[in-house]
Amino acid sequence: MHVAVPGVKTLVPYLDEYWQERVRIQQLERLDLSLTSYPPTAPLSGRPDWRPQQGPPGSDLALLQEKALERFGVRYAILNCLWGSQVLFAEDMAAAFCRAVNDWIAAEWLDRDSRLRASIMVPTQNPELAAAEIERRAGDPRFVQVLVLAGLDLPLGRRLNWPIFKAATAHRLPVAVHAGSAYRHPPSSSGWPSFLLEDYVSNTQLFAAQLASLVSEGVFAKFPELKVVLVESGFTWLPAFAWKFNKTWRGVRTEVPWVTKPPFDIIRDHVRLTIQPTDAPNDPAIINALIEQIGSDDMLLFASDFPHWQFDGDDVLPDGLDDALLQKILVENPLATYPRLGELVA
Amino acid sequence: MSLSMLAAEKAKPNTRLSVVDCDIHPVLRSDLEILPYLPERWRDHLKTYRRHLRQGLHGTLTHMRMQVNRLDAVTPDGGPPGSDVDFMRSHHLDQNGVEWGLLQSLQPAAHAERNLEYGAALATANNEWQIAQWIDKEPRLRGSIQVTQENPEAAVREIKRRAGDKRFVQVSMSPRAQEPLGRPRYWPIYEACEEHGLPIGLHVPGFGSGYASTPAGWPSFYLEEHQTFAYIIMGVFTSMVLEGVFERYKGLKLVLVEGGFAWVPALCWRLDKAWTRMRSEVPHLKRPPSEYIREHIWFTTQPIEEPENPEDLNRVIEWIGWDRLLFSTDYPHWDFDDPKTVFNIRMTPEHRKMIFSDNAKRVYGLP
Repeated sequence: MHVAVPGVKTLVPYLDEYWQERVRIQQLERLDLSLTSYPPTAPLSGRPDWRPQQGPPGSDLALLQEKALERFGVRYAILNCLWGSQVLFAEDMAAAFCRAVNDWIAAEWLDRDSRLRASIMVPTQNPELAAAEIERRAGDPRFVQVLVLAGLDLPLGRRLNWPIFKAATAHRLPVAVHAGSAYRHPPSSSGWPSFLLEDYVSNTQLFAAQLASLVSEGVFAKFPELKVVLVESGFTWLPAFAWKFNKTWRGVRTEVPWVTKPPFDIIRDHVRLTIQPTDAPNDPAIINALIEQIGSDDMLLFASDFPHWQFDGDDVLPDGLDDALLQKILVENPLATYPRLGELVA
Repeated sequence: MSLSMLAAEKAKPNTRLSVVDCDIHPVLRSDLEILPYLPERWRDHLKTYRRHLRQGLHGTLTHMRMQVNRLDAVTPDGGPPGSDVDFMRSHHLDQNGVEWGLLQSLQPAAHAERNLEYGAALATANNEWQIAQWIDKEPRLRGSIQVTQENPEAAVREIKRRAGDKRFVQVSMSPRAQEPLGRPRYWPIYEACEEHGLPIGLHVPGFGSGYASTPAGWPSFYLEEHQTFAYIIMGVFTSMVLEGVFERYKGLKLVLVEGGFAWVPALCWRLDKAWTRMRSEVPHLKRPPSEYIREHIWFTTQPIEEPENPEDLNRVIEWIGWDRLLFSTDYPHWDFDDPKTVFNIRMTPEHRKMIFSDNAKRVYGLP
């Protein structure tokens, strides 16, 4: 689920004196710093009946409680925040804003509803600063994972990013990779597409490239406890990608000697995907064929993607999943993925 | 059967298969082989500057291949694999029952050349070379008209120059262009293709646009770079459909080469779903994106995805349509698909015939 920072102004009380001064002299209060990947007014960013009267979609706790927590009978919900701090170039400012966002989430959301959990937003612009933010917030057990955008400066598996994985695994926190990009690189290898629709669809290539990077660079060999959760990635593209990846690996595996088994097996051990969006016709035969191709009951996690507009009414799950698999998706897989969810909050 | 007998059996010309191979690479012995086909103006230029590309390494691939070619494809006189028409005839065309072979020339990187006038001259020279060194010498081979997509005016001139020569069966340009290929700067090329009934064949290129080969940035390894073939083609596919190219050019045919095809159903489902949310952004589309694909786009098969359960390949093809796939080998590259063994699934004789020859004959108008 998403919570939206209404704007820089909201965060001022959570900034230290220096950054409050910077906000004042740069007149940043007037900015909302939303992301190009999710313009607040675009259809996907907010389902019509999930938009608040005021403010961006995802900025109203009462609406989230009524439309999602109560409607879907949610025991725990993990809040993910996507905001400008993840794409700024100045890394100190990025770190200061990430700290403020995390503290704001703790005070304004987690303190107000005991069902809520959150992801730690980190300044990936500088992995050392990102690791420091994980250390700073990890003591609060309501933060159950680390969150990064799918499109960053460098491919996620690159060794310069490893401080993030080191800190996350030290605190048994999965790393969530969420759709969207800082646009350091265009969504296609031919440059910049015309439409937001095109950018959104191309998240598939972005996630595939990040999986290829994580496996090829040996992240899972170095951090065997690490779980990576692909959020809002879709999941129906995974088998085709993994088949090709397996095949190429068999041909060129001497290049990556630390990848000692087929990539799809590594992905099944370490990667989880949320159920939104389900990019397939609502046809049980097709859905079940895809589930069979994924080849594991452990990988899918329930998500509503509130307030993003992925489905209408209560059609949050595709038809045709059997009860045992539903139980895994709804309860067991999330509990297995997030060790902190099952633990008592101090 | 002993190993030597097995080898002898494998080396026998295949008389049963009738194959249209939609991806064969003719290779220059060196860049200098193209010199006689270049106008005087560009000969010294080639000798002095060679190629001016959008990458750090001069004239070689930045993600070095673990293997480039089949080791057994080196020509009898030690030349590069794919550089000798006589050897290709016996080693590939005869042995694998190739009825028609479509040339996809990746050299001398005319598509990716930054100097646009030079790029156009290289493309023209390459087309002359295809005729002289390949098509004139082997009647089963068919050419692809190379054009430099960043110089659409020259590209259209080149299409018009070659369109009368029916031995050229498609137009070839780079799917890693300077802009997503659906954008209007490339429309004059599509107009010319439609006018002359020429499909566009987009082969994944070695040399790029200068933009990272993935939306996540530059990968470190060839293992990752090989996966980008699919992403590149997915990007082209999305762009050309969403920009309304097929709404505008209703007769245009697009063949996507070496990008795989198992990803097509998932991408179509994703496109259609996202389009239902944001169709107001693309009002020029009159129908769900996947419908254009079923009428205008074909995919070559190599490097074929290999599902863990081979029967899943059947399912995937059912989802795409048996009429959408065109067989290809990628000879002489290392990841060559052998027509005798590549489809590890049960196929009806009709389906087999569609993929191995009939679909391609229909797309390209081959007898």
